[in-house]
Amino acid sequence: MRVLIAKPGLDGHDRGAKVVAHALRDAGVEVVYSGLKRTPEEIVQEAIQEDVDVVGLSVLSGAHMLLARRVLDGLRAHGADDIAVVVGGTIPPRDVEALKQLGVRHVFPMGTPLPEIVKAFRQAERQGDTR
Amino acid sequence: MKELRAHAGFPIEPAYGPEDLAGVDFERDIGRPGEYPYTRGIHKHMYRERLWTMRQYVGFGTPAETNARFKYLMAHGQDALNVAFDLPTQLGLDSDDPKAEGEVGRVGMAVDTLADMEAAFAGIPLDRVSVSLTINGMAAPITAMYYAVAAKQGAAAERVVTTPQNDILKEFIARGTWIYPVDPSLRLVGDLIEFSSRHYPRSNPVSVCGYHIREAGCTTAQEMAYGLAIAAAYVELMLARGMAVDDFAPRISFNFTAWGKIFEEVAKFRAGRRLYARMLRERFRASNPRSWMFRSLIGGGGSAFAVQEPENNIVRGAYIALAAALAGAQTMALPTYDEAYTIPSPKAQLIALRTMQICAEESGAADTVDPLAGSYYVEALTSAMENRILEELAHVERMGGIVEAVRSGAIQAEVARQAYLFEQRMVSGEIPKVAVNCHVGDQPVEADRDVELYSFDPRATEAQVAKLARIRRDRDDGAVATALGRLADEARGRGNLMYPITEAVKAYATLGEIARAMKNVFGEHREAVKF
Repeated sequence: MRVLIAKPGLDGHDRGAKVVAHALRDAGVEVVYSGLKRTPEEIVQEAIQEDVDVVGLSVLSGAHMLLARRVLDGLRAHGADDIAVVVGGTIPPRDVEALKQLGVRHVFPMGTPLPEIVKAFRQAERQGDTR
Repeated sequence: MKELRAHAGFPIEPAYGPEDLAGVDFERDIGRPGEYPYTRGIHKHMYRERLWTMRQYVGFGTPAETNARFKYLMAHGQDALNVAFDLPTQLGLDSDDPKAEGEVGRVGMAVDTLADMEAAFAGIPLDRVSVSLTINGMAAPITAMYYAVAAKQGAAAERVVTTPQNDILKEFIARGTWIYPVDPSLRLVGDLIEFSSRHYPRSNPVSVCGYHIREAGCTTAQEMAYGLAIAAAYVELMLARGMAVDDFAPRISFNFTAWGKIFEEVAKFRAGRRLYARMLRERFRASNPRSWMFRSLIGGGGSAFAVQEPENNIVRGAYIALAAALAGAQTMALPTYDEAYTIPSPKAQLIALRTMQICAEESGAADTVDPLAGSYYVEALTSAMENRILEELAHVERMGGIVEAVRSGAIQAEVARQAYLFEQRMVSGEIPKVAVNCHVGDQPVEADRDVELYSFDPRATEAQVAKLARIRRDRDDGAVATALGRLADEARGRGNLMYPITEAVKAYATLGEIARAMKNVFGEHREAVKF
């Protein structure tokens, strides 16, 4: 399983992204980390080039709806919508369902335990395979 | 008996006694409050003479919205301000820049031109209120705007007290609002410090932040060690520019957290003050006692708080306030109980302010200076913390020094490693968190989420963009072009960029234009991505 952990937008808080990246790597997942301040288009390109199964977006600035939509649209436009997208960060409860409606496979709001996140990445990969 | 460890890693014994103070020399290591090496605090009588400043971090939406919240807090007894800017502002992007889409006014207030700073401080006399500006990569133009607003108010620069954060090294390590490569970024830090020593005499032109590095996951000892290493790097930067240490060191200030174990936090500050005083006096040969003083904002850190049962965070905030008071804070700021969810509501801000006021007025923590001095435990912890900080400083040296460690990404990787270790200690329950990994309630987290959520209004962006268009239309474009041309020329040379930046700001050049003029010369930082 290959995963891209990505930081879209301008938000510079990468503790959560890096902790999740470490945990996935410890669980035997191949992890690519994008670094900060990537545009949605750059993330789409990297996901395709790196041939990942899942893209994990980390957003703590409140701009998650817009950024997730841009990444999902970009993957679709490149015929790469078999790549699952999951989102973590400061996601208020009212936006969790809205993100899923957009096509986000899993949402990890504040306080999601780390083992649950790792499990959800596994599920997202398997769901991707059956499509 | 269960073994316990400090966040810094060393063991905590079940009891301490005089034998734990072996090697501590009272006069040399502890001394008296207000005297070198300031272990007990930088003032003789501390809060009996002057209480800590209360300075909540505030900013959202448009400058006008933020101005209203400033006034609300001041009406309830807050005596100073700490301004939050949105991400486009912090990164030098105008509100109509495509990269700013969705981020305008989100995590702070939007500033495009001097007109926005005028609106933010309308009706707030800048010669009577001290204001912290949480701005780093764009510290130079924002500080220039601040003084331009003060001048328009008729406030003489000599009477204006402000603290632009201006600590770019910690941005590379933790907070991520870097713009230019490391060297030109450091040049801008130095330009503001140097310019301030001549023209902004009461400003604190750099606030060295261990705070954000701790929030990013490092230990208590690393927080202090990295802060001290960064401060030393700025001192060396200014010495290399030919300034005398006593001409700028008295205006260096700090910003640290105090969440976690109360006594360990107090020990961290006592050890940090001692190490800083010795560093400035012995290594850098400063002779003005004010150069030796570690003056710090001590506050919260949202990472102390939990999303589960958010009201518990009010209690956690009270312990943070107590730790900060016992640690000898000059300024205090607390996270708000709703911080895990949202931009703070007025109610949450007021509770945080009231928490500090209760600590100050009711608890007795402010009655006498350094009340924990002489405790076997706290003195032993202070020594243990000092040793651990020195070990971490030696580790920074092995990475090539703090600037090289930032450039290579080695220090960022170490902080990320510590964040992961911390998370594992949380998952295992070794670090207990009530209602998170122990005493977990039977209510699902969802049910706790009845906090009042800040409702981001997209009309704020529209208003901001419309205002920017109006300013661009009404200003003298010739004056702007001249100023920006001069800024680009100076950036290619070695002159102090605060002069052309001040000229550009006064001509209502936008932050984006100013940032771009420098970007064209300096280029952009490329992150060494390691985790």
